[in-house]
Amino acid sequence: MTATGSIGRRLTLLLAGVAALLSLMSWGMVSGLARQAAERTQDNVLVASATTIAETLRSEQGEVRLDLPYSAFSMLGAISEDRVFYLVTAGAEMLTGYPDLPVPTLDRPAPGRVSFNTGSYRGEEVRMASLTRVVLAGAEPVPVTVTVAQTRNGVGAIAGELSQLAAMLSVAFFVVAVGLSFVAARTSLRPLNEIAQAVSRRGPSDLRPLKRPTPTELAPLMGALNRLMDRLGQSIRRSEDFIAEAAHRVRTPLATVRAQAEIALRSIDDETERARLRRMIRAVDESSRSAGQLLDHATVAFRADDLARDRLDLAELARQTVEALEPTAAMRDIEIRLHAEPAEVEGDAILLDNALRNVLDNAIKYSPEDTAIELRIARRDGGARISVIDEGPGLGDGPVDELTDRFRRGGNVEGIVGSGLGLTIANDVLRAHGGRLELGEDPERRGACVSLVLPSS
Amino acid sequence: MRLAGLAIVLSLWATYAAALEVEDHRRYEGTGERTLRILSTADLDVFTPFLEAFHSENPQITLDYTVASSAELHRGIRNGAEFDVAISSAMDLQFQLVNDGFARSHRSPVTDALPDWARWRDQIFAFTTEPAVVVISTEGFAGLAVPATRQELIALLRDHPDRFHGAVGTYDVRESGLGYLFATQEARATDAYWRLSEVMGRLDPQLYCCSGQMIDDVAEGRLALAYNVLGSYAAERLARDSGGRVRILRMTDFSNVILRTAIIPGVAQDPQNAGRFIDSLLAIGLRDTQGDWPLPPLGETSENARGGFGPIRLGPALMVYLDPLNRRTFLQEWGNAIEQQ
Repeated sequence: MTATGSIGRRLTLLLAGVAALLSLMSWGMVSGLARQAAERTQDNVLVASATTIAETLRSEQGEVRLDLPYSAFSMLGAISEDRVFYLVTAGAEMLTGYPDLPVPTLDRPAPGRVSFNTGSYRGEEVRMASLTRVVLAGAEPVPVTVTVAQTRNGVGAIAGELSQLAAMLSVAFFVVAVGLSFVAARTSLRPLNEIAQAVSRRGPSDLRPLKRPTPTELAPLMGALNRLMDRLGQSIRRSEDFIAEAAHRVRTPLATVRAQAEIALRSIDDETERARLRRMIRAVDESSRSAGQLLDHATVAFRADDLARDRLDLAELARQTVEALEPTAAMRDIEIRLHAEPAEVEGDAILLDNALRNVLDNAIKYSPEDTAIELRIARRDGGARISVIDEGPGLGDGPVDELTDRFRRGGNVEGIVGSGLGLTIANDVLRAHGGRLELGEDPERRGACVSLVLPSS
Repeated sequence: MRLAGLAIVLSLWATYAAALEVEDHRRYEGTGERTLRILSTADLDVFTPFLEAFHSENPQITLDYTVASSAELHRGIRNGAEFDVAISSAMDLQFQLVNDGFARSHRSPVTDALPDWARWRDQIFAFTTEPAVVVISTEGFAGLAVPATRQELIALLRDHPDRFHGAVGTYDVRESGLGYLFATQEARATDAYWRLSEVMGRLDPQLYCCSGQMIDDVAEGRLALAYNVLGSYAAERLARDSGGRVRILRMTDFSNVILRTAIIPGVAQDPQNAGRFIDSLLAIGLRDTQGDWPLPPLGETSENARGGFGPIRLGPALMVYLDPLNRRTFLQEWGNAIEQQ
């Protein structure tokens, strides 16, 4: 599986990128607006100042006269420490002020209209507001233009200050947005993680469909997953069925072969032939046993999905299992000693019988002739423990846990036929019941000790 | 060689163009080669402590101190006279120099410590606050109640024309930049100014160019009252002599407070040391108490501000009365009021 990066991270980065872009844009916009607002404020004050001066325009004895009002300049000084220049012209003639102020001359000055200009004067950028009023001087109307100019340091300072503030706010906004993006990404990915956890929490053979409320976007994934599990389940069931069918079909003719071979054994006197027949019978037995185990395994796999939960007494169950296996044990002079106290558990009788039978069968198979196998049943912590202790060679030196893998056999089993399925079946049964199979060696008897641990129901 | 000759001619021409009417001059020789040229309106007897304070801290710098009237100073700097520091009590003229771009900026920890109202654009710095006061001769006022407001003063002058005839002095605002500033600001602040001017006009007022002469005349009994005298000079003189013959009155209805300001002209040869000199002035100006200094500190305004008379604000409005049209109008009115003969 190749990981192509985390969706959460990608989502966070994407959202953070969007937030960064928005922060940058808002900063630019606020800065621009701040500058505009500062410029407009200055323009307004300039107009007010020019208007105040223009208000004092009058004609005295045919001459245009004016008083510069104190307020006209003090209002300019109130806002910022900007240099102030002014110019009052009557027609082409200068009345007062700074004669070299770069006011663009209008061809046709429109009385009452304010015009704004930006220019450079005495080494600094100045903003100028010009206002024209017509004054009747003598017989002729004279257009008098009042221009008030101010440098723009204050505008720059205000705009810079606000821009800095906006930058700080934007950064704060960005940081908050990144935090929220992270949370948002995590929140929106939570259903996905929950499904992943639900799937990974499941047992190895649990192929039931996932039934949980999911967001619309995840419904197709859930559907696909459920269909996949369904198909997988069907496929597994088909192969189990097939195996069971195959085992069953093999077992019946084998029984026939065995019966025929026994008849032949009885009717033949030649020792060589008899030995050959006996080998044949043993091989048939082994095949039949393997087929039985395959059938058992299929049964376990099938029933584990839909486990029966009946109350049953383990002692009773064990007694029946031992009874069924006693002939096999007797053939090799092996005694099975059952030490049982009544232990009620909830479980599937067929599966537990299967498990115990396979464990006992293993013990019989690996025990030397004329020994004893001890079967103990004890209640433990509300559950029960079935221990099978033999006097065989033990479990070998290999890793004990791997013995429960399918078709895995111990390292010291040469000369003994076996499929390697017995412990697997037992293990599957116990896990289906929520218990476990414990493999160890009995310190006193120097044999293997296999325990079937069932939890409290 | 030819270039050098040209340079000499040019510099001579520049000196000629910027020729000043110098009232006084003093030099403090320094050990180094640097010379700091200072142009100021303050008389030497007032300003010597400031110069000596700087000189003792910077003995390597030669100080060249020139005294001129505020109008001369303004004209000189405008024409490019080469000075490193210009100090004047006519804050309107100083302000106009800064507004019109004849000053350069200076920033230091000391200028940052100045209150906002004591500086503008880091180019003009105030280091004193000096009130306009009335100086009276106790002999001239013998038997009369001492006036506290302009109303009382007007009534007094009106009721005793004989006693005050020819014995009232004030600035000739046509001559004195500071007098013009006081007059315009007072005319703006109180209508009593014009009534007082008219009353004084009927008494054949004596017109002066400078505070010092007015105070001298009060002390010597030629004047009974000098109106709108710069407090710093008056106080300094009073401390020196008088013996109770001269009293200083501060009008309680309104009182102008001016800031004595310093600028570094754009043509300054040594702006760095000029900045240090200004820092030295400001440090003295920022002291807490009057001490032995002949000029009051900046801090006094905070008290005055509580009384309602803050210093005249450094701002473009100062230029309003400098406008030629406005000046013409104002001088006309003033002339009509003061010169009634």
